[in-house]
Amino acid sequence: MLAVLLILFPLFCSFILFISKGNAGRTIALAATVIEFVLGLAAFYLFKQNPDSSLLSYNCVWVESLNIHFAIEINALSLLMALLTTFLLPLIILTTFNKSENHPSSFYALILMMQMALIGVFTANDGFLFYVFWELALIPIYFICLLWGSNNRGVITFKFFVYTLIGSLFMLIGLIYLYNHTNVEGHKSWAILDLYSAGHALTATQQGAVFWLIFIAFAIKMPVFPFHTWQPDTYVVAPTQGTMLLSGIMLKMGTFGVIKWLLPVVPLGLQEWGGTAITLSVVGIIYASIIAISQKDYKRLIAYSSIAHVGLISAGILSANQQGIQGGLMQMLAHGVNVVGLFFIADILMRHTGTREIDKLGGIRSMNGNFAVLFLIIVLGAVALPLTNGFVGEFLLINGVYQYSATMAAFAGLTIILGAVYMLRSYQNIMLGDKKDSSLAFGPLHTNDKIVLVIICVAIVAFGVYPKPLNDIAEQGTRSIIALMK
Amino acid sequence: MKGLLIISALGLLAMLAEIFKVKKIILPLTLIGIIAALIANYFEWNATMSISYFDNMIVFDRPALAFSAIILCTAFFWFIMANDYFHEDTNVADHYSLVLFALVGALMLTAFKNMTTLFLGVEILSIPLYVLAASKKGDIKSNEAGFKYLIMGSFASAVLLFGIALIYGATGSFDIQTISNYMANNEGNLPKFFHVGVIFMLIAFCFKVSAAPFHFWAPDVYEGSPTLITALMSTVVKTAAFAAIFKLFLLAFALSSPVWSSILALIIALSLIISNFTAATQSSVKRMLAYSSISHAAFMLMVVLANVRNNSSLDALIYYSLAYCGGSIIAFAVLHVMSNNGGDDSFGSFNGLSKRNPMLAFFMALAMLSLAGIPITAGFFGKYFVFTNMIGTPYKWLLILAVLTSGVGVYYYMKVIIAMYFKNAEIDSAVEIKMPIKFTIIVAGLVTLIVGIVPGIVAQLFKF
Repeated sequence: MLAVLLILFPLFCSFILFISKGNAGRTIALAATVIEFVLGLAAFYLFKQNPDSSLLSYNCVWVESLNIHFAIEINALSLLMALLTTFLLPLIILTTFNKSENHPSSFYALILMMQMALIGVFTANDGFLFYVFWELALIPIYFICLLWGSNNRGVITFKFFVYTLIGSLFMLIGLIYLYNHTNVEGHKSWAILDLYSAGHALTATQQGAVFWLIFIAFAIKMPVFPFHTWQPDTYVVAPTQGTMLLSGIMLKMGTFGVIKWLLPVVPLGLQEWGGTAITLSVVGIIYASIIAISQKDYKRLIAYSSIAHVGLISAGILSANQQGIQGGLMQMLAHGVNVVGLFFIADILMRHTGTREIDKLGGIRSMNGNFAVLFLIIVLGAVALPLTNGFVGEFLLINGVYQYSATMAAFAGLTIILGAVYMLRSYQNIMLGDKKDSSLAFGPLHTNDKIVLVIICVAIVAFGVYPKPLNDIAEQGTRSIIALMK
Repeated sequence: MKGLLIISALGLLAMLAEIFKVKKIILPLTLIGIIAALIANYFEWNATMSISYFDNMIVFDRPALAFSAIILCTAFFWFIMANDYFHEDTNVADHYSLVLFALVGALMLTAFKNMTTLFLGVEILSIPLYVLAASKKGDIKSNEAGFKYLIMGSFASAVLLFGIALIYGATGSFDIQTISNYMANNEGNLPKFFHVGVIFMLIAFCFKVSAAPFHFWAPDVYEGSPTLITALMSTVVKTAAFAAIFKLFLLAFALSSPVWSSILALIIALSLIISNFTAATQSSVKRMLAYSSISHAAFMLMVVLANVRNNSSLDALIYYSLAYCGGSIIAFAVLHVMSNNGGDDSFGSFNGLSKRNPMLAFFMALAMLSLAGIPITAGFFGKYFVFTNMIGTPYKWLLILAVLTSGVGVYYYMKVIIAMYFKNAEIDSAVEIKMPIKFTIIVAGLVTLIVGIVPGIVAQLFKF
């Protein structure tokens, strides 16, 4: 029942926001997301007590003739992602408190609708339901980018929409193909376990085809090279909160999808094509890192760094061993928090100085020392320094890729060096050195901004020093996936 | 069958009303008549066996009743909405009776069991529509539309008739069941001209549903005809034509599918490519909808191509027709409202509609999402059923093509949404909607949503 509540509560609040007028929207939205976070923590607590608790799953018939069920379950994997979503959403709402948007209520309503769809994607245990939530997540974010984005957003968000939609239609075909091969006492079934066994029964060639049909959708969402072309532009034109949603959580739909809806479905397909997909991911790491180094716009730099990070996550997960997948999960959590922090930094810079051009900024540390410290912690988390949250995941990921192929690991490992180059260099240019004209306007931070940055920094350090609670769940989730792949 | 009789009688009554100068009662009478026909339909549905009429010329079996129900419901809401269209003209009764007779043709197309009734249905449906397309007498474009529709439509009818003649020559019968039995008994022994006949009939119906490369008439006719007549053409006519195609190609000629399936695949591929890419470049929403209707026809033809021999093709066709009718009715109703409020058919006149009338913009957006096939709208399930039918066939390349062109499709549907929500209006005045149109839009919108959220309803309603 708790699982259903996690999905329905944001939807309910979103409806309230749609009909509410005036400026109460942000308070309602913040309250709703905080309550949702408490629900997420309750799920965490329940899961710790008893992973099989009936409160954590729900199953009822949705469309009888097609055997589609509204089946959701919070297991180890989905719990991690639900925690990430519910943790980030209040922060994302809080970042809007110093800005006045047009039509604030609709803006928050769309964000909450997005949360509903995201939790749905992470908890769905029915192939069809998964697809529906997957598509539902696309619509609010499209409107968020379209209605509140910056210049030239029409064309760019369009490209994003069409790209992802085509990807998901391929996935739909893949899923229908699997569904047609299920046979449970003479009936077809959308239940995830039946889809797994249907996938296992296919020949290697068929599995290869299904692998690509499904992987393309995930690869576009993440995005993996060469399906990434929509991403930098979209991240740049989207409003800050849109970018945070896209990079912090929505991107994880892709990586999560690979873990839950690809690896255990077509093991032979993975054997056949996993190498190609890992190569693409690793190419993406290097390609995006090199481009990131030469970026002038800080937001765009983060966008490319995100491609590099997610390339490593994808390579690790596709190597399909315990370390790789577990590292992928840990890094998904860490990257979600860090990238939201970084995009918020970019937003603060823009608001205070009117520019995000790295060359035009400099010496902000002497204007605002506290900001410099908080920024530094987030940067260190992003370059995965030991004792920050990024370290555990990155270490396990490279370990996982190494077990698959030492050469690949060597190339993937470049991300550590290249990441440090662009992250630290941009930090140096923006915060240190001589004061530039545009940095003079940088005043003290607003209280709300400070709260968000402090919470993010505490999370980065806390889970860097003591990752065990999350790591245990990630390990448990990975074991169950590896068992299903056999 | 009683439904068919009721509608025919209504057509006659409408003409009489003009003579006795009681024009005002025509609309209520028509609406009551359609409801009566629906009720008659319902009883026939629950009857234990389907009865055949006129020596097996017409049989209202369950598929026929399902398609007629969709047609009658669409017509019901169309009449409510089309109140306007009838008022601007002097010869109200003529128009009513023309539409009603077209409806008779449509119902015949769902229920024929004989090639003669098929041809009669096609003609009874088409001839009133030629007139209706040209019914804006002063408008040169409407005249062009009517003329073009007449020429192209008659040509298609001729091809159809030729096909029927060839099939009769080969099998010696007009009866669908007899033809089907003859094919089963003489497989491999059929004369070549039999297959030619089947292909001629296929081409004729591709004309009628405007599949490429026989689609050239559609954009001009759709654009030139009065918007409400276009709505009628793209809903009632299409559904009826697909009911006929279902009966012909999935039941009667299913055995000869190796002959026509590769041609049909080519037609579908061409339709998908031509319609979507041309629609994307249109500046008029009405023309865009015309091209998009070609793409929807291609999707429905895919069900025929998949040729799955159980109820799943029927389910898919019914579902797709319902979703498409819902979406189109809303889209054309909104177009009609816009042109009544100082706008035209261009994308530009939709600019800023979300501010001028939020409700209208919302339902238009819903219709566009449904036509684009986004969950949780009816259109998505329509597409889903087509995909499930197609996936087991050797035409997987067509499926990939359908996915890619759907991406293009999203582009032009979204263009409308962007214009409504994102661009600023040139005129700020609020858009006013008359009550009947509002009612139709809301009902069609709710159907689109409810059928999208609980698709089981349709399966429950039409259990074959």
